[in-house]
Amino acid sequence: MNHQNHPELAEAFNKDFERTTWHDETLWFVRQKRDKAVYPIPEFQDLRTLASEIKDHTLSNLDNYLIEFEQNAIKNGVKVHWAADAAEHNQIVMDIIKSSCKVEGRNTRMVKSKSMLTEECHLNAFLQKNNIDVVDTDLGERIIQFRDEPPSHIVMPAIHLKKEDVGETFHEHLGTTKGEKDPQILTEAARQHLREKFVAADVALTGVNFAIAETGSFVVCTNEGNADLGVNLAKVHIASMGIEKMIPKLHHLSVYTRLLARSATGQPITTYTSHFTKPAEGKEMHIVIVDNGRTQQLGRADFRNSLKCIRCGACMNTCPVYRRSGGHSYDFTVPGPIGAILSPNIDLHKYSSLPFASTLCGSCSDVCPVKIDIHVQLYKWRQIVGQANELPAAKKWGMKGLAKVLSMPKVYDLGGKLARGALRVLPHGLTHNQSMNPWAKARELPDAPKQSFKEWYEENRK
Amino acid sequence: MKVALFIPCYIDQFYPNVGIATLQLLEKLGVEVAFPMKQTCCGQPMANSGCEQDSKGVYAHFVDTFAEFDYIVTPSGSCTYHIKKHYDIIEQTPAVQKVRKSVYELVDFIENVLKIEEIPVDFPHKVGLHLSCHGQRGLRQANASEITGVRDGQISKLLRKLKGIELTELDRNDECCGFGGTFCVAEEAVSARMGQDRISDHLRNGTKVLTGGDVSCLMHLEGIVKRQNAPIKVMHIAEILNGNQP
Repeated sequence: MNHQNHPELAEAFNKDFERTTWHDETLWFVRQKRDKAVYPIPEFQDLRTLASEIKDHTLSNLDNYLIEFEQNAIKNGVKVHWAADAAEHNQIVMDIIKSSCKVEGRNTRMVKSKSMLTEECHLNAFLQKNNIDVVDTDLGERIIQFRDEPPSHIVMPAIHLKKEDVGETFHEHLGTTKGEKDPQILTEAARQHLREKFVAADVALTGVNFAIAETGSFVVCTNEGNADLGVNLAKVHIASMGIEKMIPKLHHLSVYTRLLARSATGQPITTYTSHFTKPAEGKEMHIVIVDNGRTQQLGRADFRNSLKCIRCGACMNTCPVYRRSGGHSYDFTVPGPIGAILSPNIDLHKYSSLPFASTLCGSCSDVCPVKIDIHVQLYKWRQIVGQANELPAAKKWGMKGLAKVLSMPKVYDLGGKLARGALRVLPHGLTHNQSMNPWAKARELPDAPKQSFKEWYEENRK
Repeated sequence: MKVALFIPCYIDQFYPNVGIATLQLLEKLGVEVAFPMKQTCCGQPMANSGCEQDSKGVYAHFVDTFAEFDYIVTPSGSCTYHIKKHYDIIEQTPAVQKVRKSVYELVDFIENVLKIEEIPVDFPHKVGLHLSCHGQRGLRQANASEITGVRDGQISKLLRKLKGIELTELDRNDECCGFGGTFCVAEEAVSARMGQDRISDHLRNGTKVLTGGDVSCLMHLEGIVKRQNAPIKVMHIAEILNGNQP
């Protein structure tokens, strides 16, 4: 992996001008829906503050809340597992499946819904290698599973695809008519296909939106209801959650349910807000609590509060860079601004270009329902990337040189004069050479004036 | 009151007219302005590129240049924001603290220090205002659309009172232009596309004069306007308030 990963992938994305327009407008439409849902709530900013403070408190006492949660979940008859990393998580999930589902003569079948964590752990590939059939049941997730692509957005995983693309995929995998692009017909095809999978499933896995320490129960927010259908039909329910999903008490939940769907899609609340507390008669319920780098982030004072994230995706919808570079350009499970502050914690070298995939406009921080100071953290990650010697050499030495010049006024004055002089006499074709000067690919340089302001001042005012 | 003018490096070198307009405007408003000749830059270009440590010498030079003044006024929200927000990595001597407190973006200074609410200038043109992110969200000089649907701010307040002016109602009132410092070359494709989309919004809604509080954004947008031969004239807010005409 090289440093320029995001710029290269973003440039490739931008080659298709019309599609970039469409992607930008689609996500902006979601942002506007969010605005329409947010503006009429007079206490919305207070809710953000409250949500932020509850999460800050929870993160400061996370060890205690996790233990309280575990104890209460065990009392409810739930089996609780702890995973330090992705590999442990995947092994735990497989062991649960193998021990609880004795299926002779065929692969064990699992249906899955609403879990970015299992994406992060690359669970599907692991299970398939071990002869377990995994079917993602949310429409968007199923589409990208057919296409063998990672999600490009955490709430709308297939937002990079047009209905024509989906038609093509369904034609290939579900036998719909070639060229079919009617959303209703395509959705109905997926629905029929998924019904069979639901009925046949041995195990259902879901993510977790909120885990409540006080009750030992957890909450899953969905719009399609697939999580509920899956877990109610299968014998075994596995819920995978990151350690940061905790909230202390049940009465804190409403703060987040009011913020989550409004911020994510502009709905007042998700269609389903399902509480899971104990397994039904004759069934099993497991919770896998996963660290996978989170405690390391918790130990970074400047970046700790990135763990407040409730995965609404609003920072993606608002980000002018994300909208024009697409989720895949980040090459990380969680794309967009929040992904750009989570990913360097996992692998600073691989993701060193992501904190720079931003203009630091600050829209992400203002839209964030739990007030994560995303753009401030982007700035701070940049410094760490610089300190770790992960900057491209030209940038690193260029900046060192520039810093020297700018701390010596005489050198600065002379340098500026020479540069302006050169710009005035050199031919346009040279100053605007596109392979040497990326600025000039789409922009003219400013006219270089004869006099700087300082020179004018010296001549006219001194 | 001792007031110093800070003309950021790129304005000094490429947009001297913005510096001149700022100086003349402040003088018209009755302010006696000093211009320390040894000034260079606030240090933001290096810092935003991940080389904050390299900027420390520039920060020290800036503080040394301006510490004696009660107010430091500059036609840039971005540089103001950088000094206020990011000069926290050097030792917080009384001089550093004073400089961070004394630096003002021009329009903020006019409205909140000079308490001037109206400037008697005729500007019979359709004007599109580009809100720079550092001025708007950084210094909170204008409402942010993430927080409220009410479009208002310091610059638009002054602009609205100019005689004959019509302000453009944009589809996206506060989307970033895509300049972003070294982002403009490091992420050239996205940067250019963001700028093109801003210009399209202005063209679609009838902007004839494009203005804003930060020359960095305007330099980027003007680069696109010129490449596209778009019928838009780009002027900094200081030039308009100083009575310059397009």
